[in-house]
Amino acid sequence: MTLATHDVRWGAGGKLIVDGVSLNVEPNRVLGLIGPNGSGKSSLLRLLCRLRKVASGVVTLDGQDIAGVGRRDLARRLAFVEQQATTEIALTVCDVVRLGRTPHRAAFASWSAEDERAVDAALERVGLSERHDQPWHTLSGGERQRVHIARALAQAPRELILDEPTNHLDIQHQLSILGLVRRLGVTCIVALHDLNLASLFCDRIGVLSAGRLVAAGLPEEVLTPALISEVFGVEVTIRLGANGHRHIDYLVDHEPGERP
Amino acid sequence: MSHLVIGPNWPARIALAGLSLVALVFAITLAVTVGEMPIPLSVAFRALGNGLFDLGYPVSAIQQGVIFEYRLSRALMAALCGGALALSGAILQALLRNPLAEPYILGVSAGASTGAVCVMILGFGGATLGLSGGAFLGSVAALVMVGLLAAGAGGASDRVILAGVAGSQLFNAATATIVTTMASAEQARGVMFWLLGNFGGVRWSDLWVAAPVALLGFLVCMVHAKALDAFAFGADAAASLGIHVTRVRLVLLATTALLTATMVAIVGTVGFVGLVIPHAARFLVGPGHARLLPACLIIGAVFMILADVLSRILVPQQILPIGIVTALVGAPAFALILYRARRPA
Repeated sequence: MTLATHDVRWGAGGKLIVDGVSLNVEPNRVLGLIGPNGSGKSSLLRLLCRLRKVASGVVTLDGQDIAGVGRRDLARRLAFVEQQATTEIALTVCDVVRLGRTPHRAAFASWSAEDERAVDAALERVGLSERHDQPWHTLSGGERQRVHIARALAQAPRELILDEPTNHLDIQHQLSILGLVRRLGVTCIVALHDLNLASLFCDRIGVLSAGRLVAAGLPEEVLTPALISEVFGVEVTIRLGANGHRHIDYLVDHEPGERP
Repeated sequence: MSHLVIGPNWPARIALAGLSLVALVFAITLAVTVGEMPIPLSVAFRALGNGLFDLGYPVSAIQQGVIFEYRLSRALMAALCGGALALSGAILQALLRNPLAEPYILGVSAGASTGAVCVMILGFGGATLGLSGGAFLGSVAALVMVGLLAAGAGGASDRVILAGVAGSQLFNAATATIVTTMASAEQARGVMFWLLGNFGGVRWSDLWVAAPVALLGFLVCMVHAKALDAFAFGADAAASLGIHVTRVRLVLLATTALLTATMVAIVGTVGFVGLVIPHAARFLVGPGHARLLPACLIIGAVFMILADVLSRILVPQQILPIGIVTALVGAPAFALILYRARRPA
């Protein structure tokens, strides 16, 4: 058992943004959330980790309503990686990862050996052990995202929620971040923009459109030309790529080499 | 090198605490001996012994009065005021995630002035409310107004500063209106001096109010040191680390309002300390709040005592308003901090 939503609704400024979503997350799998801009992906993720309160419906963790779980208890169980969170404060890589131990420490508790181990292990898992003391501001976008993931891992979560972690990264770093997420072995819910990347790295995919969950299932079941046309308004064909993965080709109305 | 954590490194902690104490004692000693009537160190110590422990050393009544009733209370008040304002600045900078945040810029001081002037000149609340009460209500009103204005403008951290600037202007205008239309010439002079900060009227009774407030405020802030660290990447990041964002904000904003209002009510508005000292402290001890907050308290206290000494000796036969001295020293110091902290683009 892990996270699930039951007919969840949420709105802001009189506009319904998440409109009756019921979703089951499978343990230790990567669930991708896709949908056009403004379809409610980010909002749904924030409802899942209770950064926003549902207007109606219930979010459950192991069958228990998360509205009744303490903030700190929730943070020891569930970690959240925002898209492009940055800071003006002069922190080092390990300062940021150490923040992940916050929910595990009492107000005046000293830094423990267990905390230190968790931080080292988290940095190891994202492949940044050597960057331990590097200033945050000198990191590239991809490295920053890795540090955020390490910070989340230092929370020792069983569920990890990531909001478009590949945004603004070059393709190499997009692939390496998503490869990392896939190898973590914890339950991941990740909002993504790129349909091919979602299909490559996610075990299951949920499709949001105007706040509603319009499809959910295995990538090959969900990502059909008909659905993509309906939700994203683009025509595609799907073929098997060189490595045996399905590949989505976007159909455009100009010939190769044709210049306007 | 890590900033966010104090390891169980007791020798270093004790050494730092000792060093801070020495700096404080040195500043206070300077403050009680230097002035229009220079008083030798030996006499100063005897006068302190008389005042604190009733030791009965032979010290002239004038010197005893100047040291104990006038200079010592003044120095201690300067210490509390500097520490409290620096602490408030550090808290506001962390909560609002803006390096420019501080009580003066966010209009808290201006609100406190308006509240105090309402009591002083318009006689609001009579004897029950008092100057401190009026200043406190004014600063809370300013915080609420600036908060609502900022939230209405989208809540981004630069909007908070803009809202603060607008709030400051409004409250300063209100204060000026009350002073120019309602106050007698004598009242107006008193208020104007007070608006730039003035340790002149400080008595021991003021310290019995300011000291508990500063201590309480410091303790409340220290309890929240880890929560403040968690705000580094914003409110959502803090919440996802298990911080009760709304509660922490409410408690700490109320604490800064209480600290600022108490100090403003006693000494008037003093700018720059809340802005500059946290940056200087961060430069020295790093951004982790478990170290930064005590550092702000000590550095703010020492800075303000020295600024007060300067205000008394800079112009012969005259005492400058303390706000002028903090700005004169603070502005170049701030420029230096900005310059040294600049990041390679």
